[in-house]
Amino acid sequence: MSLLEIQNLSVSFGPEAQPFKAVDGLTLSVQQGEVTGIVGESGSGKSVTMMAIMGLLESQGRITADRLRFAGQDLLSMSARERRKITGKSMSMVFQDPMASLNPSYTVGYQIMEVLKVHLGLRGSALRARALALLELVEIPAAASRLQAYPHQLSGGMSQRVAIAIAIACNPTLLIADEPTTALDVTIQAQIMDLLVSLQKTQNMALVLITHDLAVVAEVAQHVTVMYAGQAVEMGKVPDMFRHPQHPYTQALLKAIPEHNKGEIRLSTLPGMVPGQYDRPTGCLVAPRCAYAADRCRQQRPELTLTDLGAVRCFYPISSLETP
Amino acid sequence: MINAGTGNEAVEATQTFTYPSPFRAFWSGFSANRGAVIGLAFMLLVLFCALFAPLLGLHDPIEQFRDASLLPPAWYLEGTWTYPLGTDEVGRDLLSRLCFGARVSLLVGLCAVLMSLIPGVALGLAAGFFPKVTGKLIMRAMDIMMALPALLLAVAIMSILGQGIINAMIAIAIVALPGYVRLVRASVSMELGRDYVIASRMNGAGLLRLMFLTVLPNCLAPLIVHATLSFSSAILEVAALGFLGFGVQPPTAEWGTMLAAARDYMDRAWWVVTLPGVTILLSVLAINLIGDGLRDTLDPKLKRVA
Amino acid sequence: MIPVLQARELTRHYSVSSGLLKPRVLVKALDGVSFDLEAGKTLAIVGESGCGKSTLARQLTMIETPDAGTLIIDGQDAAKANRKQLNAIRAKVQIVFQNPYSSLNPRQKIGAQLGEALTIHTNLNAAGREARVRAIMERVGLRHEHYYRYPHMFSGGQRQRIAIARAMMLNPKIVVADEPTSALDVSIQAQVLNLFMDLQDEFNTAYVFISHNLSLVEHVADSVLVMYLGRVVEQGDKSRIYSSPLHPYTKALLSATPCIFPEDRPARIKIVGELPSPLDPPAGCAFHKRCPYVQTRCTTEVPALRPVNGGVVACHRVEEIQVGEQQAPSTRT
Repeated sequence: MSLLEIQNLSVSFGPEAQPFKAVDGLTLSVQQGEVTGIVGESGSGKSVTMMAIMGLLESQGRITADRLRFAGQDLLSMSARERRKITGKSMSMVFQDPMASLNPSYTVGYQIMEVLKVHLGLRGSALRARALALLELVEIPAAASRLQAYPHQLSGGMSQRVAIAIAIACNPTLLIADEPTTALDVTIQAQIMDLLVSLQKTQNMALVLITHDLAVVAEVAQHVTVMYAGQAVEMGKVPDMFRHPQHPYTQALLKAIPEHNKGEIRLSTLPGMVPGQYDRPTGCLVAPRCAYAADRCRQQRPELTLTDLGAVRCFYPISSLETP
Repeated sequence: MINAGTGNEAVEATQTFTYPSPFRAFWSGFSANRGAVIGLAFMLLVLFCALFAPLLGLHDPIEQFRDASLLPPAWYLEGTWTYPLGTDEVGRDLLSRLCFGARVSLLVGLCAVLMSLIPGVALGLAAGFFPKVTGKLIMRAMDIMMALPALLLAVAIMSILGQGIINAMIAIAIVALPGYVRLVRASVSMELGRDYVIASRMNGAGLLRLMFLTVLPNCLAPLIVHATLSFSSAILEVAALGFLGFGVQPPTAEWGTMLAAARDYMDRAWWVVTLPGVTILLSVLAINLIGDGLRDTLDPKLKRVA
Repeated sequence: MIPVLQARELTRHYSVSSGLLKPRVLVKALDGVSFDLEAGKTLAIVGESGCGKSTLARQLTMIETPDAGTLIIDGQDAAKANRKQLNAIRAKVQIVFQNPYSSLNPRQKIGAQLGEALTIHTNLNAAGREARVRAIMERVGLRHEHYYRYPHMFSGGQRQRIAIARAMMLNPKIVVADEPTSALDVSIQAQVLNLFMDLQDEFNTAYVFISHNLSLVEHVADSVLVMYLGRVVEQGDKSRIYSSPLHPYTKALLSATPCIFPEDRPARIKIVGELPSPLDPPAGCAFHKRCPYVQTRCTTEVPALRPVNGGVVACHRVEEIQVGEQQAPSTRT
C-alpha cells in the first residue's frame, strides 16, 4: 500500500464562476522509503499540491480529489483536529526560506520543543534531551549552545538545519521539502541535500522533493513528476526519464539547461511563458510553446497515459528510441 | 526541432492582454470595501451640503429667530418643518448651522492637511536623503514636538497667535507636522536602498529628479492614507479648539463651538448638543472608513504576473 | 588592445559597530582584487555569500568609491576624474540587478524609465527619445504597447528584459550583471541569457557576470574569478578552470553543483562547516577551516595570489595537491 495516494487532485481558487485551477487532476503515489521529485517552473502548481495535502489551504482553496489517502487514512473527510494530529508528526514539511519559516520571536530550542510537547507529550529533561539529540542529528556543531539562539542569530544553512530538525522531530513517515536549498549558497546546498538524503535513509522516510532544479532531482530522487500549469505532464523514473524524456516540455527543459549546451554558443530555448490565470489555452497547455504541436494538440486536452517508462500527457510523445 | 532562438517570436504576439489603468485598478479595489464606499458617500453628502449651502434655500445661519428659540426637531409635536432640525438657544436654525458649519470644518481640515503635508514632505525628503546631519537634526526637532500633547500644543500656539480660523489651521498644521515628517522619512529611507533608485543614480539622475520623480511617487501610498486620517483629526481638533473657546468665534457656525455653547441646555434641549456631536462623529467615522479603504487598496501589489 | 576595464588591488573596508561599548570592527569586504577585461568579453565572478562580489559590483559601477586600488574605465582613472569626466564614464558602466521585481520603479511607466538615461545624458527631444526607446524595446523582445505599461504588469522574465534594455540604452562599454537570471525559471533563463549573448555580439559590450551557478558560468564566461571572503582565490580562463581547477575551494564549488548526468559529475569533495563571517575572518588562509588539505602553514600565513601551471591561484599547497591528483584521479558515479 502506498504511503501517500493522490488520485485526480484538483485545487481551485477564486470565484466559483471563474475558478482558477492551480492543480488539475494530479495523480501520484509515494511509497515509504522512496524519494520522489516534483519538478516544475513557477505557476506549475507544485507547491500548491503539497500545501493542499498538508491542509494548509483550507480557507483559500477548494480541494477535490477522487482519493487522497495518507497511511490508509482519508485526508478529505478528516476534521481539522484530526488533521492537526498528523501534520507535524507523521507528515511534515520543510520550506524554502528558513528565515521566514522559523518564528523570529522564539528561540530555536523553544520551537523544537514545542513540536515535541504537542505531538509526543514529552516534558522536562526528556524533552530537552530529545531536542539536543535532534540538533546533533542534523549536524549542528555546539548543539547545546544553539538551543538558546534566535533564528536571526544563525546563518541560512544552520536555520535550515533547525527547520529540518523540527520537521523530523516526531519521526515522520513522510517529509515534504519545498525548495529546501534554493535560498542557500552552493556549498551549503550540497550539505543540506546530503543531510536530507541521509536522514531519509536512516529514518526510512518517504521524501517528496519539490524543486525547479532538475539536476538536484537527478542526483537524489528515484521517481520524478514534471508539472506544467497545474497538470502532471510526465512521470517517470530516474535516470530513465532524463535520458529518454517522453514529453516535449521535459525534453525542452533538459535542453535549456546550460549543462546540456556545453560548447554551444546559444542555449536551446522554449519560447513563450507559462500561461497565467486568464490565458490558459483550450487544448494542450503546452501547445503554444511546443515545437511539435499539431492541430489536434490545440483543440483537445490530452489525458495522462501510462507507458512502460512511466506516464506522459501528450498526443505525440517522443519515442524512447529517439535520441534526445 | 526546437531551435535556438531568443524566444521573442510569434508566441508572444498571439497572447494579448488588457490592463486596467491605475485609477480603474484602484477603484475596483476600493469599491470592494463596503465600509469605505459608505464613508465616501457620506462625505460626498457633507461636501455637497458645504459647497451648496447658500443655494439650498436654508435660513441664514446667524440669523436669530427669537420667538423660535429652542424649538425641537420637526418630528416632534412642537417642532415645525420650517426648522427641520430645531433651533438653538437664540433661535438659529440648526440645520443651516450644521450645513454652514460643514464649510468651516472641511475648509479647516483641508487647509490644515495641506499646511502640514507640504512642509512635512519637504522635511521628510531632506531627512531621508541626508540622514547623517540634516536628518538627525530634523528628527530630533520632530521628536521634541511630538513629546508635547497635541491639544495642549495647539492651545499654546493659539494663545501666542491669537484667535481666528486661520490661526487655528496653523496650530493644527504644526501639531500634525511631525507625523508626516516621520512617515515620509521612513518611506524614503526604505526606497533609497532599492535597486531602481541605484539604477536611476547610475543613469546620472540629479538630486531633485531622484527626490521628486524617482522616490516620492513610491512613498505616496502611506502618505495618502495618513493625510486622509489626519483630515478627520483636524476636524476633531478644530471642534475641540472651538469647544475650548479658541478657534472660531461666535456667531460663526462651527460644529465644535455649537457643542460648547449648548452644554448648558443638554437636559432641556438634547438636540442642540447631540446633533452637532453626531455630525462630528459621523464625519470622522466616514473619513476613517475611507482611510481604511485607501490603506487596503494602496498596499503595494507585488508580482502581478501577466 | 587596451582593456576596457582595469582593476588593480581594489579594496573596500566597512567600519561596523559590534555593540554599544565595543570598538568598531573593520570588515574587509574586498581585499585586493585585480583583473583586466577586454571589450566583447565576459568575466564571471563566482562566489558565495560574504565573498565580496556585491561589493565589487558596487565599486565597478561607481556607486561606492574604493578605499584603495585603482579602477580604470576605458582609459580613464575613476579616482582622478573631474565631474565632467565622471559623468562621462558613468554612462559607460551600467548594471542589471538580480531581482526583477525591485529593480524597476513601480510608479513609472517603462517608456519613461527607459528614456530617463537619454533625458539626462543626451539632447534628444521627446520624439527622438521615444524612437530610441522603442527601438531598444523591440530589440529585447518587448511589444509596442508595452511602452505605456507599469512594471507590475510584466512577468519576471519580461522585467529582466526591460532591465537589460535600460542598461543598454546608452550603449555602455561595460555591463555588470548581478545574478541576472537566478530569480527566473529555467526556460525563461535560457531566453534571457541568449538575449545577453546576442547583445554582446552586436554591441561588443564587456560583461562582468556575477553568479553562483557554475554551470551557467561555464556557458557564458570567457574568464572566471573565484572569490572567497573578499579575496581572489583563483582566476583564469574558463576552460582551464573547469577542466583543471587548482584551488580546493574551486574544486569544492564544482563538485557541489548538481549535474543531471552522472558522467558529468566531478569527484565529490565534502566541505564541512559554515561560510565564515566577514566580521570574524579566520587567520591565515580564509578557507583553512573548511579545507580538506589544511596544514599548519595555512592557519597562520595568508597565501598570495601567484601564477601556477597556467593558472593564478592563492593556495600554499596547490602544487602538492596537483601531484597527488595525478597519482590517483577520481571520478564519482
